[in-house]
Amino acid sequence: MTETFSKSEMMIVAAARELAGQRVCFVGVGLPNIAVNLAKRTVAPDLELVYEAGVFGARPARLPLSIGDPTIVTGATAVVSMLELFGYYLQRGLVDVGFLGAAQIDRFGNINTTVIGPYDHPKTRLPGSGGACEIAINARQVFVIMRQSTRSFVEAIDFRTSPGNLGGAEQAERIRREGGWLGRGPSVVVTDLGIYHFDDAGEMRLDSLHPGATVEAVRGSIGWEVAINPSLAETPPPTEDELALIRDELDPGGVYTK
Amino acid sequence: MSDAIATVSPSRTRSAIEGFTHLISFAAGHEIIRQRKRDLTLARLTPDVIYDQMIAAGVARKLVFSWLGNPGVGGLGAIRRRIEGEIADEPLEVEEYSHFGMVGRYTAGAMNLPFFPLRSYFETDLPKANPRIRPIRSPYDDGTVYAVPPLRPDVTIVHAQRASAAGDTQVWGLLGCQKEAAFAADRVIVVVEELVDEAVVRADPNRTIIPGLIVDAVVVEPWGAHPSYVQGAYDRDNRFYLDWDAITRDEAATQAWLREWVHDLDGRAAYMEKLGPERAAALGPSESAPSGSVDYGAYR
Repeated sequence: MTETFSKSEMMIVAAARELAGQRVCFVGVGLPNIAVNLAKRTVAPDLELVYEAGVFGARPARLPLSIGDPTIVTGATAVVSMLELFGYYLQRGLVDVGFLGAAQIDRFGNINTTVIGPYDHPKTRLPGSGGACEIAINARQVFVIMRQSTRSFVEAIDFRTSPGNLGGAEQAERIRREGGWLGRGPSVVVTDLGIYHFDDAGEMRLDSLHPGATVEAVRGSIGWEVAINPSLAETPPPTEDELALIRDELDPGGVYTK
Repeated sequence: MSDAIATVSPSRTRSAIEGFTHLISFAAGHEIIRQRKRDLTLARLTPDVIYDQMIAAGVARKLVFSWLGNPGVGGLGAIRRRIEGEIADEPLEVEEYSHFGMVGRYTAGAMNLPFFPLRSYFETDLPKANPRIRPIRSPYDDGTVYAVPPLRPDVTIVHAQRASAAGDTQVWGLLGCQKEAAFAADRVIVVVEELVDEAVVRADPNRTIIPGLIVDAVVVEPWGAHPSYVQGAYDRDNRFYLDWDAITRDEAATQAWLREWVHDLDGRAAYMEKLGPERAAALGPSESAPSGSVDYGAYR
């Protein structure tokens, strides 16, 4: 394996591999879109792609720039109204994995995609929830893909758009049980440096480091004292096939991997 | 288009141009800009480039939405500058939900219900940011859900593949929440690629999403959804969405674009002529993919 690859390519490949064995995935805008489409072509050919635009069982022939592209319609299993998609498919509990991006995340996987700064006088206005809030609550589990930095991995997020493990696993489990939530919350976070899962306390733990990344770089780009698995793995580098799919088929223009 | 907007969609109304990525009536949005409507409350799940343009043109005082961005590309600069207070003399009030919340609001409006219940918003800051999102106990004592209020636009505008002269409207591809937004509205404008004989509608009644009964105006405007798309007719012009990113970052460039592509043109035909036939031709589907037809049977 002599091929060179970018940090973005490693992140997309690592995220795609996490989808092995999953059945129904709700695809978010941006990085989740390319990761899920790569998984469908590699580790999870039976994956049913669900797009919030109202598509179940999409078979995109090209990687859509937007998640409402005509290619997600042609050849799909079902095209439904958004009312049915969010009501019958998501809220009914049929989605195994909700795949989200985020602007800010905290140690418990709570997500902000709304504002940086105070809500009424934001320093930066972000897109807002879209479907993320109800996906985080109703998808059986949540995967997150995002680049890490001290601005995005923060001790306290400025606005909670989508709930993760709230203040910790114990509280989150009680609230989910009492509230009748079908979702169990976040289970995987993939960044440009590594792969995180959540420990018994509901806190993010670094389980695998990407080739070329260091624990120092991880620590230096997280706003809290991050838990690190004592038997830390190294993420296997992208294979030639995975890279070829990204470069030649999914993102020849480099929109997602720039 | 000019007459429909002038008579059905005056200033100070609550207006919705719906269509999720697919079938967004840019032609109607541009006509609203040209007629210099003011003080509109604009509702839409994804404000998209069309509301960025309309808000830059100064037609709105309030935005009701659930996801603010240029999908897959970046931000909407004109809206962002007004929310962040950079353009202080044109403040924009916002009222924010999630997608399911907005869909639920239209649904409650369409069904004449006082609210729509949903399993969302738990343990988030959204109900604090928008106090109209409220928790309610189930009347059957099995837990708490959140409620959102009905959204009843004065005017809903949708683009569609085809309609009859009476306004019976058929759509295929992404359906978004156009049906709900139309039934929720007092008045409905339908903009279509093609006007068809009533017999065409009646040959395939499952495809009708909006009956002429609730339609106030039918406008025939081929390419009226560009740079969004119409399934089977023309593709999304992603180059436009990518180019918009540079324009919207700069207020002067945004205003210059509005002059050149909206104010200085008299309608969609002129817009398409300016866009050029090569650009339009490149947006055709790579090949045809017709549905198999079904047999409804005749029963006498």
